Amino acid sequence: MNTHRHAAAPFDVEALRAEFPVLAQTINGKPLVYLDNGASAQRPKAVIEAERRYASEMHSNVHRGVHTLSQRATDAFEGARERIRRFLNARSTREVIFTRGTTESINLVAQSFARPRLKAGDEILITWLEHHANIVPWQMVCEATGATLRVAPINRRGELEFDTFRSMITERTRLVATTHVSNALGSVMPVAAIVAAAHERGVPVLLDGAQAVPHFRLDMQALDCDFYAFSGHKLYGPDGIGVLYGRESLLESMPPWQGGGDMILAVSFSGTTYNTLPYKFEAGTPHISGAIGLGVAIDFLEQVGLERVAAWEAQLLSYATERLSTIEGLTIIGTAAEKASLVSFVVDGIHPHDLGTILDQEGIAIRTGHHCAMPAIEFFGQPATARASFAFYNRYDDIDRLVEAVETAQRLFR
Amino acid sequence: MDLKDLYRDVILDHNKAPRNRGVLAPPAHSARGHNPLCGDQLTVYVTVDDGVVTDIRFEGTGCAISVASASLMTEAVKGKSREQVTALFDTVHHLLTEADAPVPASLGKLAALSGVREFPARVKCASLCWHTLNSALAGSDTPISTE
Repeated sequence: MNTHRHAAAPFDVEALRAEFPVLAQTINGKPLVYLDNGASAQRPKAVIEAERRYASEMHSNVHRGVHTLSQRATDAFEGARERIRRFLNARSTREVIFTRGTTESINLVAQSFARPRLKAGDEILITWLEHHANIVPWQMVCEATGATLRVAPINRRGELEFDTFRSMITERTRLVATTHVSNALGSVMPVAAIVAAAHERGVPVLLDGAQAVPHFRLDMQALDCDFYAFSGHKLYGPDGIGVLYGRESLLESMPPWQGGGDMILAVSFSGTTYNTLPYKFEAGTPHISGAIGLGVAIDFLEQVGLERVAAWEAQLLSYATERLSTIEGLTIIGTAAEKASLVSFVVDGIHPHDLGTILDQEGIAIRTGHHCAMPAIEFFGQPATARASFAFYNRYDDIDRLVEAVETAQRLFR
Repeated sequence: MDLKDLYRDVILDHNKAPRNRGVLAPPAHSARGHNPLCGDQLTVYVTVDDGVVTDIRFEGTGCAISVASASLMTEAVKGKSREQVTALFDTVHHLLTEADAPVPASLGKLAALSGVREFPARVKCASLCWHTLNSALAGSDTPISTE
């Protein structure tokens, strides 16, 4: 079946692919098909070049020196923060905090917002779809404070049971923390309704946006959430850099969570005056080149066009769903009405790990396992699934190769 | 590398129809093994009489390599003394981890696992059952983890 719809492509995928050096290689003798974008997306030349240029032309420490290089590094670093503010439509750069990634962003909120406020009897509400990074930090807070972690259920399609979720927001709820897009299943959460329901009861909301940011245009002011966490490396940027967006009034009320340089105004042995936002939460030398690279990645994504990206990825998802569904013995796990561009699946008689190895021999990179979301996967009675996650540089050909390789695996295991 | 080096007929056969699957009641020794990376779970039960493995069973879920390895292991160790099992463990361990390790004829069907060493990400799948058996024989209560 090779009835491709390349003609319907809203943009030139091949030209875009040429911007990603990693894609132009063979793995085990076959052209690479990279379908593990949900774990980490590839970087365009522009990002690689920005990191190289920073290291070769302007590396120095930020916010410290009076010398020219330090000023250049500071300008580039703070320029990236402003770029990210615009991308998020945050009110101010004081609301944009650099972290190591989504996980650190969530831990920051757990340790600095939740832990000092919560006590026995209080509740944190999450959902069954969370990544471990949006489960374990809250378990740690609950252990330290005596608060209770409550988990809102999902249905067999992998969608949040919204009415039950809403009924679980009570006078004891101190924080709602949910994913925006499930990394294991692709389900898109009804985040606007979640925020509205929580705010109706005066409960702040943290959204884990790691899987959403590469796919949708975000607007923090319209979304009105209180915290939003994401990573650079899933957004075509460098690894080791991420962002916590936080509502300024809440961030103001929170104590620093790590102490050190850059987060202070004055230090003496009798006491320390903390720096203002966002620096209060950025102790130590930050990942300067990472932040700059992330700013450039956002520029790149905006040039491609987030709306066009979303449209192309929706086509890829629909083609992949249609093609994979024709394979006898293959079951798609997660069939939410609204999904981001990833497909989790299992194949009768073939463990996902074996499938991962066989696909790798065909040059195809997918994720296999529990996707750091064990409760979500176990809900479907599976120890693991195979997951193909798409980026805008993927093509119909990639999906055809995936389907052929799954059929190869089935022949081997027959 | 050829996939058929990894997924040899013996492996595919033992994956599809694992031998000695099941449970042995105490006083049989047992131990649990877990590979958190892929979610493989395995319990090995072993009866030792007079220093000899007289019966062995396993249960659990896992990939073809881990299920076939456990199945082949149960066949290979039945009737062997503790010392012989230890020696066999060492031989299998070399086979799985050393690129040039010779494949002794004495290994029998276990030799089918020699393709695994070409796939470093899969070595733990094949070795989990052996570590779990060791733990059962040692009477240790600590579950075995590959991580």
